[in-house]
Amino acid sequence: MIRFQTKFHKEPNLVRGIFSLRSLVFPGVVFVVLLILPPIIPRFYTYTLAVILETALLAMSLNMLVGHGGLFQFHHGVFYGVGAYTVALILTKTPLPTWVALIAGPLMAALTGLVIGWFCVRLSKLYFGMLQISLGSLVWAVVFRWYRLTNGDDGIHGIPMPPFITSQSSVYYFILIVFAICLIVMYLIFKSPFGATLQAIRDNPERCEAIGVNVRRHQLIAIIIATFFAGIAGDLFVVLEGSVFPDLLFWVLSLEIFIMCLLGGWFTFAGPILGATIMVSLRTFVGIYTEYWTLILGIILILLIFFLPEGVWGYVLEKFHSQPKEAIEKGSV
Amino acid sequence: MLRVEGIHKSFGDFKAVNGANLTVKKGELVAVIGPNGAGKTTLFNLITGQLKADQGKVIFHEENISNLPPYKICKRGIARSFQIANIFPRLTVFKNVQVSVLSQQEKSRRLFYPAEKVAVEETNSILESVGLSDKATNTAGSLAHGDQRTLEVAIALGNKPDLLVLDEPTAGMSPEETAVTIELIKRLADSRKLTILFCEHDMEVVFDVAQSIMVMHQGMTVMQGEPDEVRNSRRVQECYLGGAEPC
Repeated sequence: MIRFQTKFHKEPNLVRGIFSLRSLVFPGVVFVVLLILPPIIPRFYTYTLAVILETALLAMSLNMLVGHGGLFQFHHGVFYGVGAYTVALILTKTPLPTWVALIAGPLMAALTGLVIGWFCVRLSKLYFGMLQISLGSLVWAVVFRWYRLTNGDDGIHGIPMPPFITSQSSVYYFILIVFAICLIVMYLIFKSPFGATLQAIRDNPERCEAIGVNVRRHQLIAIIIATFFAGIAGDLFVVLEGSVFPDLLFWVLSLEIFIMCLLGGWFTFAGPILGATIMVSLRTFVGIYTEYWTLILGIILILLIFFLPEGVWGYVLEKFHSQPKEAIEKGSV
Repeated sequence: MLRVEGIHKSFGDFKAVNGANLTVKKGELVAVIGPNGAGKTTLFNLITGQLKADQGKVIFHEENISNLPPYKICKRGIARSFQIANIFPRLTVFKNVQVSVLSQQEKSRRLFYPAEKVAVEETNSILESVGLSDKATNTAGSLAHGDQRTLEVAIALGNKPDLLVLDEPTAGMSPEETAVTIELIKRLADSRKLTILFCEHDMEVVFDVAQSIMVMHQGMTVMQGEPDEVRNSRRVQECYLGGAEPC
């Protein structure tokens, strides 16, 4: 047995700790840069960075299901919207303090995830996705139509925030720190036995069932966790914008975040951050020149499908680690 | 240990398994043989829960396990491999087996603890015993066919089964690979004190390793007995040579 262990310790890929020094360098540098940027760059860019971070968190929460769990969560925006609306409603309609609202947001999103997920995990692949779209659209319709509670199409504006998150730079730092904490927690989950089993389910649910994994329950837990993080992204949206509107729960937004995952690299951990950065930048900077920025997105998507099926980050990782190409081609999701 | 009693399964009008019986005693190597389409794989799928039986019982350790979902049957102590390499193609070889060990140790749902520190010893010892430890960091999907089949067995071993069900463990293998796999099965049965139920096309292999053989034809059990008994049975010969009515 000792011999196996010695052998094992020689394998750097296997024993690399969760947070080895090398793997911390790049995210560490990015984090420090993000910390010192706001005073240097124009206010508009600080705002854009905050949007990117908040959207990236949303995309990562989705990728936990799509990329790591193999679940076609087509309507993830719903949970983002539910989180945001919960915060908005608590802060405008009740005297409860902000922190209660900020905790209630993700919890409500996770609860919605549990209810919708409970039905969806009974189906597989595309059927899962179709049911998810239907049930999600139902939630959107409720928010859109229930005028007395949600103000319908008008949304809720001027949501009061406590003084420590009202100035633009404090909002930015709040979002950055919440994002960083969520990222670490998600990474721990990704690397945990739970995460490993989830990825095995993505690769082969039937086989997983045969090795004693209760696949449905595992998927449902993953959905609850992911929708909780989507709810946190909803929190951040309210903190950043001070308003909510039904578009947050509309399927178009869900499609956008789905594309972010594909674009960045859905089998990687950090890919969706890159995907969100690309999408938000396109929308913000190309959107200035033309309202048809989605056209450029369309072209990028076509190129992506042909040349980078693993997404941008997936491609970079593949080049760095030079994984056998065959493995990727044989991968079934 | 395992008793299958009069089990039936139809797909539409087609009776895939039509009254099969099987007994597996502890420590035995039992083979199921029969011509193509005899219902061997269906029978295995009925035992391990991938399919639900229309009629009949599967009794394991004196408990009726027919119609339990596969993951519960696995927890009772039956692990299996599949006829087509059924692995986790994107994960490393190490992870493929580890996921199975995690499930056996009830640690699949652990959050916030590095998977790289859980079930490492057990996983490595299984990889060593099937001879895959030098490929531990390879992506499973990139392995050669023979290695993928071996990995299949390794994944099943991760569950520490009482009974290991192998569905044509040598399907699609070259004669050399077949010999290696059979050696492996014999060795595992010996060293891990496993009870193994397998089905196989290659008669030479079957009569070489099996202690008990069950013959299936058109979904029915023709007979079950020791290799010599089966070899000399007229009914079995008729089934294989054709012409005979289901015996």
